Amino acid sequence: MLIPCPHCGTRPVEEFTFLGDAAPTRPTTNDPSSMEAWYEYVYLRNNPRGTIDEYAHHSGGCRAWLVVQRNTETHEVYGAVTARAFASRKEAVAKGEQA
Amino acid sequence: MTSYRLDKGGLIDRESALRFTFDGALHIGRAGDTLASALMANGVRLMGRSFKYHRPRGVITAGAAEPNALVELREGGRKEANTRATMIELYDGLVAKSQNNWPSLNFDVGAINSLASSMFVAGFYYKTFMWPKSFWEKIYEPIIRRAAGLGTASKLPDPDKYEKSYAHCDVLVIGSGPTGLMAALAAARQGKRVILADEGARLGGSLLNEQEEIGGQSGFDWSQGIIAELASLPDVTLMPRTTIMGWFDGNIFGAVERVSDHLRVPDPYEPRQRYWKIHARRAVLAAGSEERPVAFGGNDIPGVMQASAMRTYANRYAVAAGRSVVVFGGNDSIYRTARDLRFHGIHVEAIVDSRKDAKADPGGVHVIRGAMVADAVGGKAVKSVHLTNGMHINCEAVAMSGGFSPIVNLACHRGKKPMWDANLLAFLPPDNGEAFTVAGSAAGKMLLSECLADGAAKGAAGGRAIEAPRCRDEAFAISPLWWVKEARAKAFIDYQNDATAMDLPLAAREGYSDVELAKRYTTTGMATDQGKLGNINAIAILAEATGRTMDEVGTTTFRPFYTPVSFGAFAGPFTGHHFQPVRKTPLHDWAEEQGAVFVETGLWMRSSWFPREAEDWLASASREVLTTRGSVGICDVSTLGKIDVQGKDAGQFLDKLYCNTFSTLAVSKARYGLMLREDGIVYDDGTTSRLAEDHYVMTTTTANAAKVMAQMEFAHQALFPDLDVTYVSVTEQWAQMAVAGPKSRATLQKLMDELVMTDETVPYMAALEVTIMHGIPARLFRLSFSGEHAYELAVPADYGSMAARAVMQAGEEFGICPYGVEALSIMRIEKGHVAGGELNGTTTAGDLGMGKMVSTKKDFIGRMMAQRPGLVDPNRQQVVGIRPVDPSHRIRAGAHLLKKDDTPSLANDQGYVTGVAWSPMLNMWVGLALFANGRARHGEVVQVWDGLRGHLVLGEICDPVHFDKENKRLHA
Repeated sequence: MLIPCPHCGTRPVEEFTFLGDAAPTRPTTNDPSSMEAWYEYVYLRNNPRGTIDEYAHHSGGCRAWLVVQRNTETHEVYGAVTARAFASRKEAVAKGEQA
Repeated sequence: MTSYRLDKGGLIDRESALRFTFDGALHIGRAGDTLASALMANGVRLMGRSFKYHRPRGVITAGAAEPNALVELREGGRKEANTRATMIELYDGLVAKSQNNWPSLNFDVGAINSLASSMFVAGFYYKTFMWPKSFWEKIYEPIIRRAAGLGTASKLPDPDKYEKSYAHCDVLVIGSGPTGLMAALAAARQGKRVILADEGARLGGSLLNEQEEIGGQSGFDWSQGIIAELASLPDVTLMPRTTIMGWFDGNIFGAVERVSDHLRVPDPYEPRQRYWKIHARRAVLAAGSEERPVAFGGNDIPGVMQASAMRTYANRYAVAAGRSVVVFGGNDSIYRTARDLRFHGIHVEAIVDSRKDAKADPGGVHVIRGAMVADAVGGKAVKSVHLTNGMHINCEAVAMSGGFSPIVNLACHRGKKPMWDANLLAFLPPDNGEAFTVAGSAAGKMLLSECLADGAAKGAAGGRAIEAPRCRDEAFAISPLWWVKEARAKAFIDYQNDATAMDLPLAAREGYSDVELAKRYTTTGMATDQGKLGNINAIAILAEATGRTMDEVGTTTFRPFYTPVSFGAFAGPFTGHHFQPVRKTPLHDWAEEQGAVFVETGLWMRSSWFPREAEDWLASASREVLTTRGSVGICDVSTLGKIDVQGKDAGQFLDKLYCNTFSTLAVSKARYGLMLREDGIVYDDGTTSRLAEDHYVMTTTTANAAKVMAQMEFAHQALFPDLDVTYVSVTEQWAQMAVAGPKSRATLQKLMDELVMTDETVPYMAALEVTIMHGIPARLFRLSFSGEHAYELAVPADYGSMAARAVMQAGEEFGICPYGVEALSIMRIEKGHVAGGELNGTTTAGDLGMGKMVSTKKDFIGRMMAQRPGLVDPNRQQVVGIRPVDPSHRIRAGAHLLKKDDTPSLANDQGYVTGVAWSPMLNMWVGLALFANGRARHGEVVQVWDGLRGHLVLGEICDPVHFDKENKRLHA
């Protein structure tokens, strides 16, 4: 299995450490009323059949945290972006939804 | 013994003479032989005993599927059990032994199991040995294990080397028969990077074994021409002796190259085997097909074999399986078998064709149509056969052919199931898309011309095509032939596990009709050959017994590996010292000079204690504590994780990571920090110092250093990407030593270039950049884990040992001694400082008595979840001290704490001891524990129950700080 690291190029999966689903977003408030959102962020994960975005740490390479998109059924890897880029994309989407 | 070697023909070197022994008897074989063919040539037919009944067994195949002729190959550390004689290339000096027999292969006492076979029917484990229950472990199991078994493993180290390697290609072609050669050629002529791999010693596949005609020449000559062309192309890699054993995600193939298995010992610097990971853009599976045996009585007697194997032995190895042969089957291939055998001068008694209306030309051999072999008769070799029509024919060998099963294993390794084709009577491979295609007889192409064309097409894959050569096709017509029910003797389905045809209907009757259940109940397909010969027959019999179609029964799951892989190949070079790297601290040399005994902690070698004369660990550690507390000691703490954090937002970043605050820390000061996980549980701890407004140095625990670094990277990149901060691990770059004890300041002062050390210039929790020893840059921290007036001195790694030696010299007048991890642990338990036993992934800041450190003024990782009711419940287990009521008693780590009058049981559990130490200061054992609502229960007497060691004493719950409760020594 090969992962296209944006910094290092195509590298074998053994160089990476996977953390899991990148969909949950860390809540931005510590207000007690946000407990449910925190609970969801920390514990609840979907287990989709098909496409998933997952955090992967290029621990044996550039040490960047990436978000790798792959298919849970076929394990086909569609691509990878930095976690930083993924975060700003998510932020942009969230702002769009608010507006 | 009479020779069964044919006078001419075969791909063997008749000039060579390779000496080898089997069970101690010396034989001569030829280069090009396998162990199996050489033994047969020497008249040896009995090669093993079966697993359960200890029946005499001979060779049944000429290839990778061999279930019977399993031997122990080589001796000493090179011994390898269960190797298939059909796959072992003969070499001079080869030593092999038969297995699973006692006292000898020829006279095996275990064969009596055969007489008691009613006991050994399907599911016999479950039925026979269930009662009395206590007998299982001590009596039944050891007996079964001894009686039923395969070879034994060597207990000596393997003296040979193994390698791991990677390869990349455009097209991987698996199998080098007619299909594979055409596929490789088509891809190669397009300029593709091609790897052609074959498990055989020589490329050519079935063209080495069969009499074919391709392009006006023999199939063998044609194959050698193609192989020569492929070998001449720069982008083609030919890999004989290489088994592709698994297909994995991302079109990666696992392969084992048997580099030196055909040699007595590997050549210098060559490995025995090489494990490959092959990344293929696309792959063509051209693995061919496996001939199915027929289930008739005595179908395991030496001399009964696959018809194709018998042809191979005659054509390729110039060996006759017997002087007179009966050929039996239900398809047209039996006629080519008779033809080939007769070509070599082997007498064919008769062709027994199960089909009444068979049309193939017998070529002058007596044909008996519409009859079947019911039983082969013989003990250690076939003597005759009984037919279903009552006929009796004397013969030395039986060639059988039940049909052909495409070798689809690899195509099913990623989860798809093969599909039954009722015309071909074969399971065909599933569609896996363009990156992995199956061609030739592996895809159900039963004619040579189809194979050549299919190989050419799949190799070209839509690109520039090549034309397949003309060839002669053999007739192919087939009728079902699975089980001859007229058999009187046992008819075997799975040879290696001794599962018979009768076992399958029995399994179905007893409720195990699902194919996966039937497999496990009868053990069909569970041996080292994984049912390569027997599984399809088993499915057919199960289908008939349950009135289902082949598709409805389906196959069991095909999993890697295609054939057994040695552990050595997986381990590769990563054994012994190469298993994992060893991390030595910069002070390692110094510690060695001081006589340290080292202990492995993760990859690190840490100095554990420094014995003098005949001291044991406890005497040494106790002396080290007394010296340190009495005067001064020095300890290597370089293994602590050290992370340099810089940038405008460094303080803010640390505020996110730790539950307490660092942005408010004054420059030149250090602060203890506690890091939580996002779920509110404590993750790590350590001191962090601020060296400048925008420059901090963090320390982590030794165990968590790498994980904390990864967590920081995650927090920064994924959660708080806007923070302007940068950080790098400097664990390896700094040597760090703790200098502790009342004389620590006087000792260190001697090293300082300018700094005059006082409580004002170096107050408690100071963190200063200084120079020592005429200009060496250093960092001086006034920190204490021991509870003493103490410092930590950090110097660039290369100065480490030099600085430690200087500290030793400076402290000499005070009687300084080095102390190790043991003394460190004793002192931390005396002082009630938490470490790994308490930071164990279940405790909160509150549990550790650090609830007040948790900020309520800022966001940090773990803040919200740490407030959950379950994590702030006062009845949680909290860190307390524990000491024996009678100071002469010992308490042990791991012991459970119970109320004084409760019955010892886990139901009454109140907590447990997380760490203990013999305190030389208090002259007793003291410990730390996690104890329910512990802080409110100081003074309570409890039972300290160590059920594992059968040990029970009374203990008193107390403050975790056992020694110097007022912390006077810290500031002394």
